[in-house]
Amino acid sequence: MRWRWTAAAVAAALLLAAVAAAQPPNGVIRPSNESSLHPLELGAQLFAGNCASCHGSGGRGVTGPAQRAAGGTRGQGPPLTGAGAMAADFYLRTGYMPLGNPKNQPEPDRKLWNPREIHALTAYVASLGHGEPIPHPDPAAGSVGEGQQLFTEHCAGCHQVAGQGGVVTGARVPPIEHVAPVEIAEAVRTGPFLMPAFSKQQITDRELNSIIAYVRSLGAHDQGGWGIGRVGPIPEGMVTWFIAAIALVALCVLLGERLKRT
Amino acid sequence: MLRRAVRTLDERTGSAPFLHKALRYVFPDHWSFLLGEVALYAFIVLVATGVYLTLYFEPSLGKTVYHGTYGPLRGMQMSEAYKSVVDISYDVKAGLLIRQTHHWAADVFVAAIVLHLLRIFFTGAFRKPRDLTYLIGLMMLGLSLPEGYAGYSMVDDLLSGMGLAIGYSVALSIPVVGANVGQLIWGAPYPGAHSFESRLYIAHVFIFPILIGTLLAVHLALVASRHHTQFRRRKADGQRRVIGVPAFPGQAPKSLGLMVGTAALLFLLGGLVQINPIWLWGPYETGLSTNGAQPDWYLGWLIGAMRLVPGFDVTIGRYTLVPNPLWGGLLFPTLVFAVIGLWPFAERRLTRDRRVHNVLDRPRDAPWRTALGAGFLTFVLLVFFAGSADRAYVSYNVDYSTQIWIYRALLITAPVAVTWLTRRICLGLQRSDEIDEEREAAEREARQAAQAPA
Repeated sequence: MRWRWTAAAVAAALLLAAVAAAQPPNGVIRPSNESSLHPLELGAQLFAGNCASCHGSGGRGVTGPAQRAAGGTRGQGPPLTGAGAMAADFYLRTGYMPLGNPKNQPEPDRKLWNPREIHALTAYVASLGHGEPIPHPDPAAGSVGEGQQLFTEHCAGCHQVAGQGGVVTGARVPPIEHVAPVEIAEAVRTGPFLMPAFSKQQITDRELNSIIAYVRSLGAHDQGGWGIGRVGPIPEGMVTWFIAAIALVALCVLLGERLKRT
Repeated sequence: MLRRAVRTLDERTGSAPFLHKALRYVFPDHWSFLLGEVALYAFIVLVATGVYLTLYFEPSLGKTVYHGTYGPLRGMQMSEAYKSVVDISYDVKAGLLIRQTHHWAADVFVAAIVLHLLRIFFTGAFRKPRDLTYLIGLMMLGLSLPEGYAGYSMVDDLLSGMGLAIGYSVALSIPVVGANVGQLIWGAPYPGAHSFESRLYIAHVFIFPILIGTLLAVHLALVASRHHTQFRRRKADGQRRVIGVPAFPGQAPKSLGLMVGTAALLFLLGGLVQINPIWLWGPYETGLSTNGAQPDWYLGWLIGAMRLVPGFDVTIGRYTLVPNPLWGGLLFPTLVFAVIGLWPFAERRLTRDRRVHNVLDRPRDAPWRTALGAGFLTFVLLVFFAGSADRAYVSYNVDYSTQIWIYRALLITAPVAVTWLTRRICLGLQRSDEIDEEREAAEREARQAAQAPA
């Protein structure tokens, strides 16, 4: 009888997955003739439908009502006229934008656009003014050692020395271990939310390659065995109590009971 | 064979009476009596692995450049101390295994002491004539905290440096003499003189271990001389006679098994689970920091306390009398240790029970002690958990300052609620015991009545 339950459970899971996949990603508006539009035209339409409520028509920003959005931004959202392709690409491909509520810290959990749409929106935002283009980092050209030094110096104070994220006044700092190289490069140059933007004088492109090489190498240095999150004492304490202490108490009980029986 | 060994020894030392007594020493059989032994075996593993590590550790802040096996650190400036620990981890035979086992053993050592202390407290084993044994045990717990802190600090990695910065600010926060204390320990303003490293080293490998080892010997001698406590049994006067198994052959295999088991678990952890990967943290420089730096778990409650104390300094005019770190970093742990240490004497006063106790209470037998103990434990645990609020924010996205306020509210309400609830549970359990006893008595009576000739 067991296989029937298993089969029923599998069928139910498949059904749920199918339902989830069939639903359109909610929260965004798309033109019905999306596939026939020129990228720039598609970008303009998507922007008007999904971004202009905060960033203003033509990306000129929305100054009133007199309230502050997350991170101290004035009005609903900042103007994007000088933002450029780099910033647009970063916010869209990470899922930081579109933002559910302008008062919240952006979280990388709303990946609502497909690559063609991201390309179209990025092209549109780039056409609004003179901004930075999308960078092309080459972590293979960097040195992991130099990257560790630079990362400790510039990044570890907020992102934790092994890239596991942390807390600063006013924001939660995301873990970055699994972030794609281009997104790291974009974040360093753009300075999203509370993060400072680093100029090419502060961190050269070559140094940036090293930093990315270091971040991408983080998973490779667990010589000690199971890495337990690479944040140090907190998971170590959990292992102490939830694995070691429980095992040792169990051993005590076992030895104590054995004696009673004999 | 044992007989021959004893005879050989006795002919030369005259120790047969002592050995006879030791081998006939009676251990009561309850698993919770073994928790203290786990701490003892963890201590043995600590000493054994520690000796191996001292062969390779270089307690010096002298600068050097790394050219070892671990690629990312090559060419980097670092202290001799840090370099030697990277070398232990990467180049010394079995170095990483021993180092990790040492660190796991430290974490488990303190955990086992805490579990042992909970057993002693909640069964009333600390009462006369064992209050002195209890105080010595508590002193060992108190000493193991700075011992662990010194070990964590002398590696001179990024976490060491940040931990020392906090320790230094706590030292400075002592009213009036703080600056002198800081100068005395560090030898110079933070990060301190070069001699500070050797002080940490001497403290970690000599002073504290000797103190703990000596107290351990006294602790065990006192346990043996007053004999073990035991739980109440029917038809036996536990106050005068210990019922259990002799050290040999009854207890010995059990203790040996526990020792081997503890050591095996610690070495398994050391071999399989990474702890304090200092090559990832990198060497320390005063300008550097990492987010989410934490002390080892047994100091987590101090970080929690420093986070929960509202931010204020006691000032007189422009002179700061009591800087903020004092409350959480020094006064709070002192208070916790004082409460635990003075409890046996307070209980004796409050209950006016000055008798000798060789029989343990079950927790329900002493509802007030159990309830207040549970409430106090809740208080300390909450402070402890508050120490990880930053990582909880990263992992579960509960706003940091919201968490701090929740903890503050819980600190006032939860201990009271837990105390009340625990007392109710104890009284309920007592009542159900009474009902059981009454039922058994009634059944016995009924049986007798049935057997009796009509």
